[in-house]
Parts: sequence; C-alpha cells; structure tokens
Amino acid sequence: MNGGEDRIGLKHGAGGRAMRALIEEVCLRGLAGSAAAGGIGLAAMDDGAAIQVGDRWLVVTTDSHVVQPIFFPGGDIGRLAVSGTVNDLAVMGATEVTALTCSLIIEEGFSRTDLERVYASLRAASEEAGAPIVTGDTKVMGRGEIDGLVLNTAGVAFCSRPVPDAGLAPGDALIVTGTIGDHGMAILAARHALSLDGDLSSDVAPINGLVRAALDAGGDGITAMKDPTRGGLSSALHEMAAKSRVGVIVEEAAVPVRPEVRAAADLLGIDPLVMACEGKAILGVRPGAAEAVLTALRAHPLGRVAARIGRCTDRHPGAVVLDTGYGRRILAEPEGEPLPRIC
Amino acid sequence: MCLGVPGKVVAIDGNCATVDFWGVRRQVLLDVVDEPVAVGDYVLNHVGYAIRRIPESEIGETLALFEELLAQDGSGDLMAADVRAEIAGTGAGPDDQS
Amino acid sequence: MTSPDPHAAFRELKFRDPVRARAMIEALGRLTAAIGRSPVSLMHVCGSHEQAIAKYGLRAVLPSALKVIMGPGCPVCVTDTREVDEGVALARQGVHIATYGDMLRVPGTVMSLADAQADGAKVHIVYSAGQAVELARRLDAPLVFFATGFETTAVATAAIVLQGLPANLSILSAHKYIPPAMDLVAATPGLAVEGFLAAGHAATITGWGVFEPFAARHRLPVVVAGFEPLDILAGLVKLLELVRNGTPEVANMYPRCVTRAGNLRAQEALWEVFEPATGRWRGIADVAGGNLALREKYAGADARRRYVIDVEPLARHGSRALAESCLCGSIMAGIKSPTDCPLFGAACTPEHPVGACMVSSEGTCKIWHQYGGYPDLGGVA
Repeated sequence: MNGGEDRIGLKHGAGGRAMRALIEEVCLRGLAGSAAAGGIGLAAMDDGAAIQVGDRWLVVTTDSHVVQPIFFPGGDIGRLAVSGTVNDLAVMGATEVTALTCSLIIEEGFSRTDLERVYASLRAASEEAGAPIVTGDTKVMGRGEIDGLVLNTAGVAFCSRPVPDAGLAPGDALIVTGTIGDHGMAILAARHALSLDGDLSSDVAPINGLVRAALDAGGDGITAMKDPTRGGLSSALHEMAAKSRVGVIVEEAAVPVRPEVRAAADLLGIDPLVMACEGKAILGVRPGAAEAVLTALRAHPLGRVAARIGRCTDRHPGAVVLDTGYGRRILAEPEGEPLPRIC
Repeated sequence: MCLGVPGKVVAIDGNCATVDFWGVRRQVLLDVVDEPVAVGDYVLNHVGYAIRRIPESEIGETLALFEELLAQDGSGDLMAADVRAEIAGTGAGPDDQS
Repeated sequence: MTSPDPHAAFRELKFRDPVRARAMIEALGRLTAAIGRSPVSLMHVCGSHEQAIAKYGLRAVLPSALKVIMGPGCPVCVTDTREVDEGVALARQGVHIATYGDMLRVPGTVMSLADAQADGAKVHIVYSAGQAVELARRLDAPLVFFATGFETTAVATAAIVLQGLPANLSILSAHKYIPPAMDLVAATPGLAVEGFLAAGHAATITGWGVFEPFAARHRLPVVVAGFEPLDILAGLVKLLELVRNGTPEVANMYPRCVTRAGNLRAQEALWEVFEPATGRWRGIADVAGGNLALREKYAGADARRRYVIDVEPLARHGSRALAESCLCGSIMAGIKSPTDCPLFGAACTPEHPVGACMVSSEGTCKIWHQYGGYPDLGGVA
C-alpha cells in the first residue's frame, strides 16, 4: 500500500499527522539528550531548539527545501530557504539572526543561469532579513538521482526569552499576522495541470522584523508563536493546542484570506486553512496585550491585515473548533497531502 | 471532483470561454451549455464544462424566493422580528468575505 | 434585488449571508417542532451536499430532532470493486490511465490505482475530461480515461466522445445514474426517511421533472437544492414544510440553475453517447439502469472493447477480512452512519482506508473524518 508500514510515503513529509507520527516513532527514538534543563529540545518538536548559554538563549534551527517548481509567482527556492529558517528563528523569539548556513545539492544538468538566479535570491533575502550566510556546502548528484535542486539552511540566533509553541493558556487571543494560504495556492496554481489564471503569488518573506515589532509591543504577553507552513493554519493551531493542552475556537469569518485565494480554493474544493504560508506567524497573546500587538503588527508593511482570529479555552483541550458563521465544526488536522510538494 | 462553481464570462473564443471566478480565471468549454452564452453572462462550471447559463435575473429572484420562504408558512412569520429588523437595517447585502 | 453594481450582483451568487442563514435555522426549529416527531429524517443523495453541510458546520446547529442523512451520493464510493479492478488490471498491463483524483486510492480487491502506481504503473490525475484528451495528445502511448461520476460528470465525458477522441484514447466508463438508486433506497422496507433533498447539479442536467414520478410512486416530497449555505438551508426549510403539510410533491429551490426540463443540449449529448445499464453499486447491490454504458455506436471509444481486461488474477483473491466488517454499504444506503462502524477512525482512516467511503472526497466516512468525526460536535463542544 502507498506509504504503508515499511515504506516512507509522500504523506510523511506533508506536515500533518503522518509526519508527526514518523518523527515521534523513528526520529526521536534513541536521540537522547535534548537541551539542558529549561531548554527547548528535540522532544518538543518546536520550530527550533533553544539552548541556554550564560544568561542568554541560543536558538538553532534547520530546514530543507524541496519545492517544485523552483521558481514560482512571488519567489523561488532561494528566497524560501532564507525566509523559512529566519522565520523559524523569529517565532522562537530570536529575531536578530547571527548567522545562516546554506547547503545545496544540485542535479547534474541543472541550468547555471537558474543557479545564479537562486543565489541572487538567497543574497537578497539574506540582506532583507539582516541574516548573513556565513558558510555552506555544495554537492552535485547524477542526473535523475535528485530532483533539480535541494537546499538546506540552518540558522543561529540569540534571544533573551525563547517563545515556545506550547505556551498557550485559556483566555489567550490568537492573532495571525496576515492573509493565509497564499504560498500553498501559488504553488498549486503554478502547476500546469490546474490551468488557473489569477494573481496567486506566494507570500514568502522573512518576517523577523514584523515579529520583533510584535514582541516589542507585547513582551511577555506573547505566550506562544508558530509559523504556519506545511499544513497551514490548521496544522499549526493543532500543534499549539495539543502541546499547550488548551482548546481553540476560530472564527472563520475573521481569518484574512485574499479573494483570489478564496476563489481558487472554492474552485478546487480545498480549504485555505490547510494551505501553507511562508511569510506569516500565529501568535498567542494574553488578552490585555492583544490590542497593542495588533496595532504594532498593522503598523508594519508585512502586517497590515493582521487580525484576531480566535481564542483559547479550557474546554475540549487539543481540539480546534471552527465557528463558520452558519454553524460550528471541528477543524480536523490535515493528514497526508495528495497535493504536489509546496515548500 | 469539483463542485459546480458559478463564474462570469470575460472572453469567448469559439467554444471556449474564459471565466472569472472572483479573481481567478479558468477556461471553460461551452459545448453543452443550455443557452447561447455571451461575455458578461454567468455560467455554472462543472469539470471544465459550462452546464448552465445563470440568468442574472435569477439572482434577485432566488433572494426573493428565500424571503418568501421565511415570510410565509401558514402558521405565520418564520423570521423572528429581530432578524427581520437586522436585515432591513443592513440593506440586506450578503457578507463580504474578503 | 439585483443591484446595479456588478460586483455586488456577483457576490450575491454566493448566497452566504449569515443573518438569513440564522433565520432559516430558526425556521427549521419551528417546523421540526410543528411536525412533532423525533427524529424527522431527511435524506440527500449528493456527496457535495454532505461536503457543504460538514464544511459549514450545519449539523451542529440543526434542531436535534432533525436528522439529515446521506444516501448513496458518492459516485466514487459506489464504483464497484470489479470496476476498480478493471482499471488496475489495465494499468498493470502497461496502459496509461487517466482518472479524477478521488479514484486513485479507492481499494480494489487487492490494490488501488495508487498502489499500482507505486509499483510502476502509469496513472495520471486529471481535473477535467478535456484534460484527458490533452494528455492523450501529449502521450505517444495508449491512454484510458477511467471515467467516474454521476450524470453531471458523464456529460463531460459524452462531450469529448462527440468531439472525436484521439486514436490512442478510450473510455472505461464507471459512470452512474442517480434516480434509479434513489428509487431503490426509497423502496427499502422500513425506511424512515420522510423526504429527499435532490442534488442540484445533477438536476441542472436532468431537470426536476424526473422526480415527479418518484414522488408520486413513493408518496415522498423531493426538494431540489443548491450548495451554498442559504441554498441548503432553504432546501431543508421547504422540505420540512412539505413534510409537515403531507404533500408528496417536487419543489425547486435552485431555480437559478434548475428548470423542469433541464439542460436539453447536455441531455442530448449524454443519451447520444450513453445508455442506462444494470450494474452493481458497491455495497448496495445491482441497480437496474444505475450504470451509464457507452452505446454500441461508440464501441470504438470503449476501453472494454479495445482491450482484453483480465481481472481474474485480482478478483481471485477474494475479499480481505477487514473488508467484511466494512459498513460502507449500509452507510451509503443511509441505514447506518460512520460512527456505527467499528472500523471508523481506527482500522479505517484516510491514510489506510478499508472502504471506498473513506477514500473519496464525497464519501460519508471521509467527510466525517475530515471534519473531525463529530459532525454535531457531540462530546466535544
């Protein structure tokens, strides 16, 4: 069977339940010793790890990027590679990036011009984020042994207070920094098979500056953060709710979605809530700090349509309930994704 | 399989129409639509074919149908007074989801 | 209320006003109370209706005495195991297969098309019949379009056949025709269903007139409904009115798409290419006139004529033990619900489905699972 017990299937990389199960059963097993007490280590399966060094925290993260197509409306694999890692650090609370690494595995026959284009993107994104790329690696594999180009980036940054994705408490407001589903839809639309024509661009961007603005305004009032990549808002909320052991209620009408994304989603029968974002964050915020955080986000060019989309409750811990405006339903976690690779 | 989704015809080339679905466009074939279609018409699309030309007058008529449904029923007004007032107060436009 | 502003008129096509929705839900409460029975069961026969009901979270706010049940409305779910085996056998014989995405993971006797694909067979997902034609033109090899779906979707298949298929393309028809199945379900002894909600897009093609003999024969009201939140709620309100008044008539609550006669041009295309045939509906048994088979005139386009499809190596394996506990048949007939099935959410999930209801995006089990398995939020919120 596809992706059965003894074979890894595409769903294991899709960011949903299957991937988490694989990580828990295979990757975590035997990898003892996470960070020192109080740190955020492998077992937390957070966006990164936080290790205490003196009176500061060293935050470390790594990501591999396998997106197809490599160039898509709104960005490319280079921009994605930098943004993905910078954003993982940012939502851990580490917005001043000390350094990035960047490794490439290139398929034999890959176009040199395309490679130069990807590098130009990497450099531009790195400058935009203030995140220098200090070291890397380059390998070439034979034609057909790898699909085009695979990028891996790792990032390190210091911060004074790491923000986990497990810190939500009942009563906390949930704020999203902008429109959701843009990246996922852009990638889908870029695939010839769907023949969709519209302004569907990825939102891929480093948001460390935006998160900095929120942290400056909200301080300790920001209890949890996550960036909703694969599996979209739905996956991210599920993880946060499960790890924090709170219930979440989302008001569907309050979730910002671009009209083009909603139209494409309607046409394809896909829920924007499960589509990836690559330039957004979800914040859990104490009620008293929510207004200040929203104001700070909206003052930033990348946060203009930031919105409060829901709240945490002590009822139904781990479950995410969606108020549709007509009724209510459970927002189920996406499982394996039959859709093309999107990040 | 995709739902039947309504959209607006923005261009026609032979039996192929470009249809705008609120911001994304797609090609839709006109081979089996029930009436001749012109630019500006609304059509219902199902797996790449237009299966109905939706007369614009039907939009208003459908809303009227809904009103009638809620207003009558033999046993009196089904719509609570506060809801009726709300509709009257807002000018009765459906919600803008964007 | 057509407004001079084209964008406003455009938006109104979406019929999603929450205020009117609330009024309709309240109306449902009043009507259910007026009827007095509990439960009052209504049946719909359309996966897209179930999707919409689940997506908008309607069951959580419907009156508790009102039960809206899904009948055999998932065309992929009712595609017989043998038909899936035909597709799989062809794929394993080396023929390229094009199919709608849903069909990919439906289990056959031994394996699904996805399993065959993992073993090296060439299976392509298409989003329209036209795409199957484009694919055939690009491929320098024989291609079979494994065509599933009800009459609405069969129209598209008919259209490409009438256009003239590329020489390397043929059709494996697993299309189904819904009215005979409604008849079968309505005739089930002991059926507690008091009214039917008919599928708005199938009716766009066939017209609502086809339900008049059905309503008369079974003395049951039928309401044709669309798929926006207001369409579904209005359809349910009208149906409850008819139930309360005891009038077994047909009402059309989707007049912007459905007329009494339907889309004659589409019907012409459909019946020119297809004829009704008796076929096995998975889990339900034989439905007279429930399958759509290519007419003799179009035998040249028929994959079953062009190829010798050997399903015996697959069929010989017999059903898997788990499959015997599968309740898809009863679920599709509306007698049981997914939560009645011991396999639901445990041995049978979208990742490892046992029955077709868990595979197709229009399958009851898949929809319930996708929306958390608690359509009325019972026990959760």
